[in-house]
Amino acid sequence: MTQRDEGPTLVAVLADPQLATPLNDAQWSRLVSTARHANLLGALSGRLKAAQILIPARASRHLDGAHQLSDRQHRSVRWEVHQLQAALGHLSIPIVLLKGAAYVLSAHSLGQGRLFGDIDILVPRTALGEVESQLMLHGWVSAKTSAYDQRYYRQWMHEIPPMSHIRRATVLDVHHTILPLTARHKPDPQQILSRALPVSEPGLPAIRVPCPEDLVIHSIVHLVHEGELHNGLRDLNDIHSMLGKFGSMPGFWTRLAAHAIGNDLSGPVSFGLALVQQVFGTPVPVVVREQLTQAQRGRRPSTLLLATFGLALEPPQPDEQNPAVAIAQWLIYVRSHSLRMPLRLVVPHLARKTWLAWFPDKER
Amino acid sequence: MIDTVLHIFPFNVRIRSSFAGVAEHLDFFYSNHPRHGSDSFIDFDVQVLHGQGLRRWWHPQARLLLDGKESFFPLPAVQAAPMLEWGLNWCIASRPLGYLVMHAGLLAQGDRALMLPGVPGAGKSTLTASLCLLEDWRLLSDELAILDPVSGLMQPHARPICLKNASIEIACGFPKTRLGRVYHDTRKGTISHAACPTASMAASSTPARVQWVVFPRFELDSPPRCEEISRVEAFSMISEQSFNRERMGEVGFDALCAMLTDARCFQIVYGSTDAGLQLIHEITQP
Repeated sequence: MTQRDEGPTLVAVLADPQLATPLNDAQWSRLVSTARHANLLGALSGRLKAAQILIPARASRHLDGAHQLSDRQHRSVRWEVHQLQAALGHLSIPIVLLKGAAYVLSAHSLGQGRLFGDIDILVPRTALGEVESQLMLHGWVSAKTSAYDQRYYRQWMHEIPPMSHIRRATVLDVHHTILPLTARHKPDPQQILSRALPVSEPGLPAIRVPCPEDLVIHSIVHLVHEGELHNGLRDLNDIHSMLGKFGSMPGFWTRLAAHAIGNDLSGPVSFGLALVQQVFGTPVPVVVREQLTQAQRGRRPSTLLLATFGLALEPPQPDEQNPAVAIAQWLIYVRSHSLRMPLRLVVPHLARKTWLAWFPDKER
Repeated sequence: MIDTVLHIFPFNVRIRSSFAGVAEHLDFFYSNHPRHGSDSFIDFDVQVLHGQGLRRWWHPQARLLLDGKESFFPLPAVQAAPMLEWGLNWCIASRPLGYLVMHAGLLAQGDRALMLPGVPGAGKSTLTASLCLLEDWRLLSDELAILDPVSGLMQPHARPICLKNASIEIACGFPKTRLGRVYHDTRKGTISHAACPTASMAASSTPARVQWVVFPRFELDSPPRCEEISRVEAFSMISEQSFNRERMGEVGFDALCAMLTDARCFQIVYGSTDAGLQLIHEITQP
């Protein structure tokens, strides 16, 4: 019996859209379904359109639909950012958008077709109190109410507890740095704040987006420290697209290495670049990898860890459970916590999470 | 275990189920729908499976999976077939496929469509059933009005009509009714399904353009009333009954405006099936 030809993988098509040209109906079906699972349907649609691939009508319904939803979400994000300007504009501090919202407002048309969850902003830590009270005056309320959650965020994390708007129900994460306070690496958020750029959209004088290098660095750091990778492939695809766009800008790679090294992030960035190269085949200049390795005193990204991430990032296949993928995902979950906090904090924290998963009513 | 790909215009649905009740349901209501091979494009991959572990035997449950993911609470196993119908509605309403999907009964004469939007309980299903089972209207859908923004045409989606409570008995009296099993104690009360009429099935891939939008309201023994309303009013009322206009942004807004451009809109109140049919007759055949 011959095995059915499943066609090229989602990652292969994202990296080289031409591979989609000879697909048959069943292969298109599989590609669309995998992309939907990985939250990459809109991105796939954008990539195929840009490459002018002829898409059969049945598949293009799904791709167009996702793209339409993403356009709508981008519009909502812009509106939400205007609300942030209205609430925080008078504080005369920079409000730096991170991740998705930064892609939408950046001048480089990033994140096309991307779907969203929350909005993330970075503000100076000294202004945190004022930012929080202004947000509350304008209708945002803290979504986490238990004393433990409040303490978990405020004492250990890089953000205050998520806030959601009482009328629009949109969720806002306010960061004061980019990694947990308890984490091994100690990047200085002031560097990102001072290098951030104004946005071209009129009416948003207080809003900033990270410079291209910091945008890439932050995406990498976020992915590498993330414990749950269900949006991991989407985030890695973001990094791949950004490197494709920024890579040809004069001096980009030199600045990328310099900013990463200057902000105690050479380790994660070195690993992230190796990962995106491994998964998407993104070209990364050798000299940049060497510089980052040097800053790590000659330590290269661990091949074992790269393989583990590679497995954990495989888009889930309906009907097929791969135990190796599940183990890889569990390893990364544990690793993320050990990066986030020292062992004496992480053990009680995970024990508590397990306890609450079994007895949710014991919260208070 | 059944595993089949049904073409229920305009979608291909792969259905897998371990329930004999689902197999019977498909045999009874979907025997005239085209079947596709496993090499076709699948729009919705639906599975209705037995509960896991203890739930296989103790108060047995049915689970619904879309693309391998379970997004619903399980239901009692006897409701496996209704669960498939609800699950399909949910797929179509929630998955962005470029169509504007509205909660309305949809019928047609030739290519001229009559749309009956309504809040649950307004009597839309009973009126829809009586128009296609008692009179000669073609059924496009009893619940999901699917508008293609590109062509401006309503897409038929021929499936059994879901009847609730008192409407089951009313529909039993119609000459063309082919009623399936009756399910008691569902979350919508007692329900049953009536097969899509043969003539409607025969034209199940022929779209139609909306000519009349009628908001029905059944009030027992009320004298019949009919009022023409503005398209603006109809727009906002349909918007409330739309599953995805908001998510479709500008495209959804423009599509609904365009749909209403050539339509006349009415609100009717009636106290009996006959009175309802009479009002529809007056609106559509003046």
